[in-house]
Amino acid sequence: MSSTFLGMPATPPRSPYGTGNLRGDRKFPAAAHDELRNEQLRRNLGKATHTIRAKRLNVTGELPDWEQLRDAGSAIKTDTMNRLPELLEQLEQQVTERGGTVHWARDGVEANEIVTRLVRATGSTEVIKVKSMATQEIGLNEHLESAGITPYETDLAELIVQLAHDKPSHILVPAIHRNRDEIRQIFLKEIPGVDPRLDNVPAHLAAAARAYLREKFMTTKVAVSGANFGIAETGTLSVVESEGNGRMCLTLPDTLITVMGIEKVLPRYQDLEVFLQLLPRSSTGERMNPYTSMWTGVTPGDGPQDFHLVLLDNGRTAALADRIGREALNCIRCSACLNVCPVYERAGGHAYGSTYPGPIGAVLTPQLAGMHAAKDDPNSSLPYASSLCGACFDACPVKIDIPSLLVELRHQHTEESGTTAEKLAMKAAAGVMKRPKLFTAAQKAAELGRVLGGRDGKISHLPPPFNGWSDSRDTAAPPKQSFRSWLASDEGAATMRAAADEYDRNQQEEEK
Amino acid sequence: MRIGLFATCLGDTLFPEAVKSTAVLLARLGHEVVFPPEQTCCGQMHVNTGYQREPVPLVRNFAEQFGDPSIDAVVMPSGSCAGSVRHQHEIVAERYGDAALRAGVATVKTKTYELSEFLVDVLDVTEVGAYFPHRVTYHPTCHSLRMLRVGEKPLKLLRAVDAIDLVELPEADSCCGFGGTFAVKNAETSTAMLQDKMRNIATTEAAVCTAGDSSCLMHIGGGLSRIKSGTRTLHLAQILSSTRTSPYVLTEAVR
Ligand code: SF4
Repeated sequence: MSSTFLGMPATPPRSPYGTGNLRGDRKFPAAAHDELRNEQLRRNLGKATHTIRAKRLNVTGELPDWEQLRDAGSAIKTDTMNRLPELLEQLEQQVTERGGTVHWARDGVEANEIVTRLVRATGSTEVIKVKSMATQEIGLNEHLESAGITPYETDLAELIVQLAHDKPSHILVPAIHRNRDEIRQIFLKEIPGVDPRLDNVPAHLAAAARAYLREKFMTTKVAVSGANFGIAETGTLSVVESEGNGRMCLTLPDTLITVMGIEKVLPRYQDLEVFLQLLPRSSTGERMNPYTSMWTGVTPGDGPQDFHLVLLDNGRTAALADRIGREALNCIRCSACLNVCPVYERAGGHAYGSTYPGPIGAVLTPQLAGMHAAKDDPNSSLPYASSLCGACFDACPVKIDIPSLLVELRHQHTEESGTTAEKLAMKAAAGVMKRPKLFTAAQKAAELGRVLGGRDGKISHLPPPFNGWSDSRDTAAPPKQSFRSWLASDEGAATMRAAADEYDRNQQEEEK
Repeated sequence: MRIGLFATCLGDTLFPEAVKSTAVLLARLGHEVVFPPEQTCCGQMHVNTGYQREPVPLVRNFAEQFGDPSIDAVVMPSGSCAGSVRHQHEIVAERYGDAALRAGVATVKTKTYELSEFLVDVLDVTEVGAYFPHRVTYHPTCHSLRMLRVGEKPLKLLRAVDAIDLVELPEADSCCGFGGTFAVKNAETSTAMLQDKMRNIATTEAAVCTAGDSSCLMHIGGGLSRIKSGTRTLHLAQILSSTRTSPYVLTEAVR
C-alpha cells in the first residue's frame, strides 16, 4: 500500500462500544423459542402488559395537551443531544460548585472501578442500591461482589430479581415475569429469618420485604443510585420512583454515588415540567409518581455529606455519532414501548439478552454495544425482532420513531454483512422485478406453480427458510391468472367496460 | 378522475381478485382506471428487510410508471405498499438515488393513496353501492392504522354496505404477526401473535375477516385455513365491489 498523503481527511476514530450486560448469548429467535414455551411467563406478561396499557391510555387520553407535551419532550431531547458536550460540562461545573465530585467513565469497566474505589474509601463492605438501569447495564453488582462488597437492591422488584439470582425482564417492572406465588417462594427461600407462614397476599409480601430492607437502610453507610434526570443549569439530580425506598437510599447514607448515563442530562430546571408529566403517565399510568427526589450537590447537615456523580458513556458517544440512530438516546426509559409491543408481550424481556429489552432495546442495544455482522453477533438479530407494527412509536412520550430506526439498523446490518444468501436472493428478486418482461414471465411460472398446491389448492409444507411459516399457515397456490393477464384478456376488458357502463346507466337514471 | 392502479406485486401475482375488485369499483364510480403495464413492485419487502440499494430500480420504475402528469391519483389496495411509497421511497432516493429520482419520488408520493383513504378523503364517498349479506369483522392492518392513519375510514365504508352484519374485532389494533420477513425470521413469535389474533376473530363468529392489505390477509387466512376455522379472509375491496346485481358468492374452500 502506498503511504502517499492524498489530502483526504481521515475519518475520526470511532468512539468505542459499551461493555457489560448488553449482549445475550444467543440470537433472538433461539431465545424466544424457549421463552414462548414458558406458559407461566406468557400469562404473567399478557396480564401485566394489558393492565398497564389500559391505565396508560386513561391518563394520557385525559390530558388535552398530551400531544404538545410529547412534541416538547422530543424537542428538548433533540436539542440536548445536539449540544451534549457543552451541557455535560455545565453539569459537571454546577455539581462541583455545590460540593459534589464528578467522575467520567468511558465504559462499564471504568465505571465499575470508580464506584468500587469510592466504596472502598469509605471502609464499608455493603451498599444499598436504588433502581438503576445504568448499573445493571455495566454489571456493577457482580463487580462489587467480586471485590468483596455486598450490594442490596432496595426497589421491591429489583430485590425479587436479586434474591432469585435472576435477571430483570422489564425496564420498570423488572420482575414482571414473576407472579405472587413465585415471589412467595423466592422470599421463603432467600430472606433470612422470614416468617415461614408467609402467604401470597401482596401486602404481606411487601411487609416481608420491608422488614428485611429497613434494617439495611438503617445500617448501611453507602448508597449507589441511578438518575432519571440531571439538570445542567443547576447541577440537580432527580430520581422518580413509587415506593419510597429510593428516597431512603438517597437521604439516609453518608455517601451517595450516582451513576448516570450521559444522555440523561436536561438543559434547564424548567424542563422537568415536561418530563415529570410525560414519565409517570407513560410508565406506570399514574398522573404523578409517589416519590420524586431531587438533590443538588451536598447540603451541610442534611442528607449524604459525600456525593459523587459518575457520568457513564459506555457506547453512548458511538450512538450519538449516528445521524439517524442517535434518536434512540432521547429515550427516558418509561417502558411504554415495551408494554404495547406485541413481540415483547409474547417473547418477554430475557429473549433480548440485554439490560434494555423491547422495542427500544432492539435499537439501543446494538447501538451501544455494536452488532458485529460478520461474527454472527446475537445483537445483529435484535433489529429483526419486530413486525414493524408501529405501536411503540405511537406510545413513546418523546416520539422516537422506533420502526424507522429498526429499518435503519437492518440496513446497516445488511451493508456490513458482505454477501449472504439472503442478499443474493434480494438482488435476484429486484433483478426480476425491475424488468417488467421478466416479472411477467415469473408470474407465468408462478401460475404453473399451482401444481405445488394440494387438491384443495393449499400449500402446507415449504422448504427452509420458509418452514417456520408453513408450520402454522397454509399458503394458497398461485391463481390461474395474474391480474395483468386478466386485464389484458377479453374477459377483463368486458368486465371493465361493464363497470363503466353501469356508472353511465346510473347517471342517466339520476338525471331522469 | 384518471386513476393509475397499482396492483402491487403480491396482488397482481397471488391475489388478483382483490385487484380486480378495486379496478371494477373505481370504474363503477365513474373513473378512468389506467394500468401502466410496466409496473412491478414497490420494494417494500427489500427496505423492510434491510436492503436499500437493491430496490433503487424498483423505486425508479414506480416513479416512472406513475409519474405521468395525466394520472391524477395512484391508488392501491394495500396500506403497506402505500406506506412504502409515501415514507420509504424518499429514504432510498435520498441515500442511493440521483436528483431525477428524488424529484420523481417526491411527485408521485403526493398523489399516492390506499384504497379506503382515496374513496373517503379524495372522492368523498362512503356509500359505494355495495351489498354483502354476511357477518364481517375488520382487522385494521398496522401500516394502514399507524403509518397512513386511515383510522375509521374503512369502517365508514363497511358500515355503509347494504345488509352487512359488521361486528367489532376485540383487540383489533394489535398486530397479526405478519411483518413481512418477520414471519419467516421470527416464525414462532409471529405464530404466537397470529394465534391471539385468530382467537379474537373466533369470538366474533364472523364468516369473513376483512382488511385492506392482501399480505396481512394471506397471513391471517393461512392460519385460519390451517386450523380449519369457519371464518375466511376477504379483501375490503371485494366486499365493496359486491353488489345486489353481482354479489360476491361466499365459498368455504378458497382462502
Ligand atoms: S423509547 Fe420511548 S416509549 Fe420506549 S422506553 Fe424510551 S421513552 Fe419510553
